Amino acid sequence: MMKRIITTTVINQSGVLNRVTGLLMKRQFNIESITVGHTEQPGISKMTFVVHVEDQRKLEQLLKQLQKQIDVLKVNDISDKAIVTRELALIKILSPPAVRSEITSIIEPFRATVIDMSKNVITVQVTGDPEKVEAFIDLVKPYGIKEMTRTGATSFVRENQKTPSQQLSIL
Amino acid sequence: MSVQVNAKQAEALGGDVEKQAVQGADIFIQSLQNEGVEMIFGYPGGAVLPIYDALYKNPIPHILARHEQGAIHAAEGYARVSGKAGVVIATSGPGATNLVTGIADAMMDSLPLVVFTGQVASAVIGTDAFQEADIVGITQPITKHNYQVKDVNDLPRIIHEAFHIASTGRPGPVLVDIPKNVSNEIFTKADVKQNEVNLPGYQPTTTPNFLQIQKVAQAIQKAEKPLVLAGAGILHAKASKEFTSFIEQTGLPVTNTLLGLGTIHGEHSQFLGMAGMHGTYAANMAICECDLLINIGARFDDRLTGNLEHFAPNAQIIHIDIDPAEIGKNVPTDIPIVADAKEAIQALLKLGVVTEGIGDWTAHLNGMKQEFPLHYKNEEEGILPQEAIEMIHKHTGGDAIVTTDVGQHQMWTAQYYKFNHPDHWVTSGGLGTMGFGFPAAIGAQLAKPNETVVAITGDGGFQMTLQELSLLQESQIPVKVVILNNQCLGMVRQWQETFYQERYSQSLMPSQPDFVKLAQAYDLEGYKVSSLDEADEVFKKALQSNKPVLIDCRVKQIENVYPMVAPGKGLHEMLGVK
Repeated sequence: MMKRIITTTVINQSGVLNRVTGLLMKRQFNIESITVGHTEQPGISKMTFVVHVEDQRKLEQLLKQLQKQIDVLKVNDISDKAIVTRELALIKILSPPAVRSEITSIIEPFRATVIDMSKNVITVQVTGDPEKVEAFIDLVKPYGIKEMTRTGATSFVRENQKTPSQQLSIL
Repeated sequence: MSVQVNAKQAEALGGDVEKQAVQGADIFIQSLQNEGVEMIFGYPGGAVLPIYDALYKNPIPHILARHEQGAIHAAEGYARVSGKAGVVIATSGPGATNLVTGIADAMMDSLPLVVFTGQVASAVIGTDAFQEADIVGITQPITKHNYQVKDVNDLPRIIHEAFHIASTGRPGPVLVDIPKNVSNEIFTKADVKQNEVNLPGYQPTTTPNFLQIQKVAQAIQKAEKPLVLAGAGILHAKASKEFTSFIEQTGLPVTNTLLGLGTIHGEHSQFLGMAGMHGTYAANMAICECDLLINIGARFDDRLTGNLEHFAPNAQIIHIDIDPAEIGKNVPTDIPIVADAKEAIQALLKLGVVTEGIGDWTAHLNGMKQEFPLHYKNEEEGILPQEAIEMIHKHTGGDAIVTTDVGQHQMWTAQYYKFNHPDHWVTSGGLGTMGFGFPAAIGAQLAKPNETVVAITGDGGFQMTLQELSLLQESQIPVKVVILNNQCLGMVRQWQETFYQERYSQSLMPSQPDFVKLAQAYDLEGYKVSSLDEADEVFKKALQSNKPVLIDCRVKQIENVYPMVAPGKGLHEMLGVK
């Protein structure tokens, strides 16, 4: 299994998200996360998927099937490029006064922020690439996570590319 | 879109639109006329009442099927033989859901359809209103694209886009869902643009990459055992003439997919017959032994390839397809070409591609063709289904348009009816839809009124859509229906015999209507034939008649389609070869 990050630029029509996720379901692809949002161009949205695919051939199929959708303008597998990826997680951690300062000392190096606090629970916002978010979650887990929500990854290709990416297109 | 709003309506648009209303439904009809729609296959209902009212005022020939499934299969038959988009209208809810099988069928077999469904009024969409179904959601995975019209002013553009998408690139069905209020709303857009299309994400590649074409030419020249696999992509591209020239120029041997039959004359000396599960021995062995396989317009369907591990094990693979997603989907490809089949073949012809030293190979293939032909043996009285098809071939000279359902009769027709012409073969290949053949024949006949159209069906499939007999009677559509009646679901029974130790679970259908009386009930001619002599006489008369005829052709029940590649086996592991 390979983990790939795929971005698609789509026309922001009603049902376009459904179309794309429906396609992934029909062709039996596994989505780990999906984010959608507006872009700088009006009427154009961008989706970032993190998917698990078996092999190169399956990956090629996925890209081509996405490209085939009428509302999809561009499809890119950016996994092998120099990219920036960010994800945001909100985590409610059990933090009775006895351990609170201990937790705060974990929060600090991750540059996470406390955004809400009650008697025994603090809510923390952590941003970064998914691995960092993962590492943070692992560290605070022993204290007890009451609730958690993650946005999934959204990605950009860096302006300066070092490695040439693999060419799949045959057009 | 070139909506020619007529003088009165143009005035209305410029003047007081409140008084002289041009409604969505009127614009709808005009849009269809501007697309050159010759006929509509449909069925009215509540949500499409405004459209049918507009049709009443401004008629386009409308074929009133007796079930929406009949309408859409007829539209598929029309599309297959005419090359034009078939147009279907149905109402919301059950009308729309009754189309689902036909839409999926057209998607699998790349048939251009533009399907219009009524929808409940926008205000009540999502409230489980009477006759509401989320047809856009339902058909999303089985359409090339679909729309719901939200604003009447978008209607001309959407209709034009729908026709454009359906009939360009790899053809397919496009559904347009029109809420009732949109049909009633008043069209206010003053400047209707000519042929407006706004599809930045849809630009099918039709011109082949020249470097790739050169690689193909080199590969053909180098190959010692080349083989061409010709699929329906050649038919959709209307390229069978060019294809035949290419084949004759190069001397390459050819095999067909099921849907590709007709790309080359069925009795052409370089044609090995159909390949695949019920393909000929020569065709399947050619695939196994070839060192170069040139696939033009076929999608390496599992019924063609058999077990992929054993598929063309020694061959370099060239795949020419208009749909990039088909290339490399099932079979890894060495030389991929994304192009329209016609343009690719023309490019190859222009290069003057030749083969070198393939004489031994073609002699070997011809030897197999002669040694292992399709065969059957009639040891008793009565008619074998294969004989019936050969008889139909004899009396139509191979010139007829032939449609089928799915199953044994379909395979026998594919094997024994040798087509002289392209676009004369209408069958449900990908989806394998029972009940397809008879309504498809109606659509084909309407598209080609001067040709002989024969619907070869089984007794099972015919009973799924036989209500369309009304249409034959009503419009005197001279389709010849031949039911190869074996009183069972032949292919199911064959598999149960072969793979389930003759446990004929629910596949025998001894109880059935008297089909002759049924024909008579619809005021049609009907005949029953049980012997070869009877059949010969009736077929001869019926196939030359200009009236609709139904023939209940009683055939032997226990008869199997051979040769056969069992599921999961390689093409070289054929049963019943000799």
